[in-house]
Amino acid sequence: MAEVNELVKSLSHKHGKERGSLLPILQGITEVEKSLSAEIMIEVARELNISTAEVYGTASFYSFLDTEPRGEFVIRVCKTISCDMKGKRQIVKTLEDLLKIKVGETTHNKKFTLLETNCLGWCHKAPAMLINDEVYTDLDDNKVKKIIRKYRSK
Amino acid sequence: MPNDSLKRVDFIFDKDYNCKEVLYDAFKLTRDEIIEEIIKSGLRGRGGAGFYTGVKWKYAREELADEKVVICNADEGEPGTFKDRAILEEVPSKVLAGMALCGKVIGAKKGYIYLRGEYNYLKPKLEQEINKFTDILHSELNFDFNIKIFSGAGAYVCGEETALLNSMEGLRGEPRNKPPYPTHSGLFGKPTVVNNVETLVYAVMVFKIGAEKFKNIGIQGSSGSKLFSVSGDTPKSGIYELEFGMKVSDFVNEFGDGDAKAVQVGGASGFCVPRKAFDKTTIGYQGKLKGNSLPTGGSMMIFNSSRSMYNVLHNYLEFFVEESCGQCVPCRIGTQQLLKGIEAIKKGKKSSEYLENLLALSETMRLTSKCGLGQSVGNSFSSIVENFKEEMIY
Ligand SMILES: Cc1cc2nc3c(=O)[nH]c(=O)nc-3n(C[C@H](O)[C@H](O)[C@H](O)COP(=O)(O)O)c2cc1C
Ligand code: SF4
Ligand code: FES
Repeated sequence: MAEVNELVKSLSHKHGKERGSLLPILQGITEVEKSLSAEIMIEVARELNISTAEVYGTASFYSFLDTEPRGEFVIRVCKTISCDMKGKRQIVKTLEDLLKIKVGETTHNKKFTLLETNCLGWCHKAPAMLINDEVYTDLDDNKVKKIIRKYRSK
Repeated sequence: MPNDSLKRVDFIFDKDYNCKEVLYDAFKLTRDEIIEEIIKSGLRGRGGAGFYTGVKWKYAREELADEKVVICNADEGEPGTFKDRAILEEVPSKVLAGMALCGKVIGAKKGYIYLRGEYNYLKPKLEQEINKFTDILHSELNFDFNIKIFSGAGAYVCGEETALLNSMEGLRGEPRNKPPYPTHSGLFGKPTVVNNVETLVYAVMVFKIGAEKFKNIGIQGSSGSKLFSVSGDTPKSGIYELEFGMKVSDFVNEFGDGDAKAVQVGGASGFCVPRKAFDKTTIGYQGKLKGNSLPTGGSMMIFNSSRSMYNVLHNYLEFFVEESCGQCVPCRIGTQQLLKGIEAIKKGKKSSEYLENLLALSETMRLTSKCGLGQSVGNSFSSIVENFKEEMIY
């Protein structure tokens, strides 16, 4: 709990305590904690002097602000049309087989979460995915296997 | 090719000019003279709605306020669009120069780049560029203007300018009613200009090549060139800068794989042009096929005859169901019903006549939705359903 308080304090120090600082603060927490727990949202509400419902209302609107626990590496595979046409399904299947989880789930060791997302802006190099902030494009089975191997050893 | 309307140009990515010098000269003019130039050039917004940039700046300039704001809209989320990312990656200083120019004109000291979360990886380099640029601005051009990046958090609707503002205010990214327009009451109520990344680059270009010359590029009513993001069934996917006024048939000849059956112009919110209409369709603000808003930035997606247009439409509708902010009924419920509806027809649970009901629903959404998202679902819906009816049924 103390750690959580400190994180919120340091972020509000950096971004300010105004309402306009809410998103940057929530993003800052997500970067460190990967998701927003009820505890931490209560703490943010207290820090900015707004209701917890407001914090949750904002947080739950955005797909990059997760209120469910996530792994250290969040994989987001693009499922929009270009990637769908260029074999996104196979990529998802490969990832599911490798990680032994389904889309929406997190591995037991809390290392990976597998999600789908909408167009990433790399349609000309489809299929594409994000792992945290990193972009991977022109994916095929081999490439995906290599990438996951790299992250496993991180 | 004799009547090839496809004219390639290279203004945006041309690294051969110095933004500082262009700004230096532009700053010699009065604010009203700058606005006059932009209006004269005919420059229109590249973010989709196509509003005249000079007029937008003029509105913001005329507002009396202690503080005004310039926002560069880099939320680029329309499926099939990726040109703003490339601009920010390759020629960021041109975008920053456009923001500074706008700031000078309207009297703003603050600028923000609303960068979609998916492009977070661009941030470190962009921040360096901003520091370099604002140093020059302060010391050599004597203009007190600062720029910050605001990261989005994965919501397509936040590209809509008022949803973007709400998002920056720490609220849910739900679009506001318009009016008031952002130029009157924008970020925290301050007069605000929201411009697309590409628009800002062209604004600087107007001063590099002159309003007259800019106006003569493209076709009447659609001055200048435009970046097109080309993807789908094409051997040449990528970003191309082309003059307005090209025919879809010329486009397909150049970029298609020889078997194109449809081109989706403007992403999921745009229109589907079937093969039989390639010859009749021109790209430009005037060449709009029908309907009103096209919230897109030049996405051109090619489908060849191996593709099921039912799957394409299904994918778009899933996109809209997820990305609808849920604030207004026509869009929240309408998107879901359209999706369920086409599934039911495909499975034979509803007769093909039911398509007419769905078309009527999409028209109701166009008329009654609060923002451009719900209003434009019917663009792709009706243009795909009407042109590929059999594929919807069988
Ligand atoms: C659902 C929706 C999404 C939009 N997404 C974007 C976007 O990603 N980028 C953008 O510049 N404009 C987007 N727009 C258009 C903006 O609301 C606004 O018109 C534009 O940023 C104004 O800039 P411009 O005049 O330079 O085009 C979107 C509009 C709607 C309705
Ligand atoms: S049209 Fe859709 S996205 Fe726009 S305000 Fe209504 S529900 Fe939200
Ligand atoms: S459709 Fe996948 S990156 Fe655009």
